[in-house]
Amino acid sequence: MENSNRRSFLKVAGITALGLGTKPVLDVFAASGGKAEEPKPEVYKNEKALIAKRWGMVIDTRKFHSKEDLEPMIEACHKTHNVPNLTEPRHKIMWLWEDEYKHVFTHMEHELINDRIKHLPFLVLCNHCEKPGCVRACPTKATFKRDDGIVLMDFHRCIGCRFCMAACPYGSRSFNFRDPRPFIKEENKEFPTRMKGVVEKCNFCAERLAVGKMPACVEASNGAMVVGDLEDPESEVRELLRSNYTIRRKPDLGAGPSVYYIV
Amino acid sequence: MLELALKGDRKYWGLVIVLLTFMGVGFAVYLKQLDFGLGITGMSRDVSWGFYIAQFTFLVGVAAGGVMVVLPRYLHDYKAFGRITILGEFLAIAAVTMCILFIIVDLGQPMRIFNVMLYPTPNSVLFWDMIVLNVYLLLNIVIGWNVLEAERNNVHYAPWVKPLIITSIIWAPAIHTVTAFLYCGLPGRGFWLTAILAPRFLASAFAAGPALLILLCLIIRKFTKFDPGREQIQSLAKIVTYAIIINVFFLLCEVFVVFYSRIPSHMSHLQYLFVGFHGYHALVPWMWTSMALMVTSIVLLVIPAARKHEGVLAFACAILFIGTWIDKGMGMISGGFVPNPLHRVTEYMPTLPEILITLGVWATGFFVLTILFKVAVGVKEEVSGVKDTCESC
Amino acid sequence: MNDKNRITFGLIVFIAIVTFPFWYNLGKASSAPELKLSEKAKAAKECVKPKEIMRQEHMQILDLWRDTVVRDANRAYKSGSGKTFGMSLSSGEESCLGCHESKTEFCDKCHNYASVAPYCWTCHIAPEEKKPEENKPEENK
Repeated sequence: MENSNRRSFLKVAGITALGLGTKPVLDVFAASGGKAEEPKPEVYKNEKALIAKRWGMVIDTRKFHSKEDLEPMIEACHKTHNVPNLTEPRHKIMWLWEDEYKHVFTHMEHELINDRIKHLPFLVLCNHCEKPGCVRACPTKATFKRDDGIVLMDFHRCIGCRFCMAACPYGSRSFNFRDPRPFIKEENKEFPTRMKGVVEKCNFCAERLAVGKMPACVEASNGAMVVGDLEDPESEVRELLRSNYTIRRKPDLGAGPSVYYIV
Repeated sequence: MLELALKGDRKYWGLVIVLLTFMGVGFAVYLKQLDFGLGITGMSRDVSWGFYIAQFTFLVGVAAGGVMVVLPRYLHDYKAFGRITILGEFLAIAAVTMCILFIIVDLGQPMRIFNVMLYPTPNSVLFWDMIVLNVYLLLNIVIGWNVLEAERNNVHYAPWVKPLIITSIIWAPAIHTVTAFLYCGLPGRGFWLTAILAPRFLASAFAAGPALLILLCLIIRKFTKFDPGREQIQSLAKIVTYAIIINVFFLLCEVFVVFYSRIPSHMSHLQYLFVGFHGYHALVPWMWTSMALMVTSIVLLVIPAARKHEGVLAFACAILFIGTWIDKGMGMISGGFVPNPLHRVTEYMPTLPEILITLGVWATGFFVLTILFKVAVGVKEEVSGVKDTCESC
Repeated sequence: MNDKNRITFGLIVFIAIVTFPFWYNLGKASSAPELKLSEKAKAAKECVKPKEIMRQEHMQILDLWRDTVVRDANRAYKSGSGKTFGMSLSSGEESCLGCHESKTEFCDKCHNYASVAPYCWTCHIAPEEKKPEENKPEENK
């Protein structure tokens, strides 16, 4: 990976140098030739980065009772990622939000379900599917699945065709119908905002995992939300999955959502 | 040959000016959309594709429909259509032009459109749609131009054009099939998740495309010295008749499967479109109008006496075109998004700016069509001036 | 042909339009802006690459970096001389703007001169700039 990056970088650099005439090329060679023993630049991951073979999440809904219980997580997420608070419902942008059982688990609802579940608000977010329909649909690879299972958006590359929104069976994606900046109350300077015309969604706090921090929602959840490696039998998520009955959203579609709910 | 488009009477220039005006208005509103974002449309988080993509879908059908004059001419050697194949090819050029424009106006970041080619992604149907549409456009430009030029010079077109023509005949169903695949391969969108979507698209395409062509032929006959021919129009009418019957039949197949199986996620969309869903019924009158128009057109078209009467035929074609347009241009796309995957209803209606941009694109298409048809008719008039009967070419 | 005059007239109009940018800007050329490095950047002495390369290729480097960070999740960079950097435009001390603290001085000055408008800052948030007036009293203390 690092090697190919270096190579493509040198390629770009070389081509650019060629375009500027031969002197700069000679300069570059002279410079690097003079200090032959100097190591080449490297790119690497932060030592503190949290890594997994396949990231997953378990949400213990027994620990929630009302909408108020979910607000800290939603707020933490939206604040961290500069998610705008648009008043026009059509233009709403949501990474993490709440909805009722019958809307979240559309294939499993029935009339006589007990009152707790019927009225309990559930947290909804991108499922970081194993076989994500959105990734299949995207014509530019602007949305892609990382080796560790996280489904990400490259906001630089998105052309705003919204094919991914049609392809997502969970309604997890939002589109910037207008410039989001005026609707962000407090900007988090450590994370970019988006521009109009691109799609966005939960990024599993990839930027926080990269520096050794847990996702913002997990941090704010008092242990009700847990993330970890689904392929590591010793991980906390696997322990929770072993000892509790869990459900996923629309498993019959075969997308393989990585978010599990204890009910 | 383009110089033929520079000489015309007042009616011709009047039409050109009207179309240019609509294009100008549409462009101005589009600049506003570029500045503000797609928020000026009626689209939403739940209905993320609207009028633009619906027009695109409908027009891919019109473009593909052009093949219904090319195919009988070249595969079945039906000589009568030789007179009007050029009209089918030029209609396809105008329609694909509109398709491409509708895709562009629908993009959130149109200046990044070349990312589709910079990062080619074969698993995305949109990538393939881009390819098939552009190739189809190119094929029709090359074929149409060469064949017409040959006709003007009173020679046979170059031999290398023939393989391109055969390719274009295969290509036409391909463009609409790939367009249907945009929708019918999406998990969790019950309305589109049906193998009959591509056949349905093709049936409505082969009805709407030739119906428009019949209307255009009648207009050409009325306003120019070129007569596309009674036999040609009647043959097209038969194609339209079969296609619209098959289209309605496919729809009824869909209705049976959905309502006999009673799977809610498939049923809810048709319920929303035809009877309303949880108190939301914005599209119900539209859908029934569409049904009524399509069925009426079938009745008029299957009765030979009615079909042979050109006034009745024109009326039938007009209502058929409107009916299929409502079905695809209004119901097909937003119907698939309502209710959303979380079984919530957000209704969709295009806004005024959205309609103006749409009109602008349609005007652009008809501008291209007017110019091309003017050239084609000009050549036809020239040729018939030289040689009164030109049945062989 | 008797269209000689019309052709000549058309050619003149064509040449006038094509050369418009040249005579429109005649005499308006301003000298290239002087790049003023921040104290922090001066103290650091070295960037991710030698100055000349940065000047010519920072756009390619940034383009490559954003793919490396977003797509490969590699967010740290060790230069040839062994110095480490955070591969980020503006978040953190080790980012580009963490060292080159002023966007107006470091980015905008040349971009405005060269009339290029990269859209980095429609999404990324530049650090707040210390105004020179505020800096002076501190230096006097």
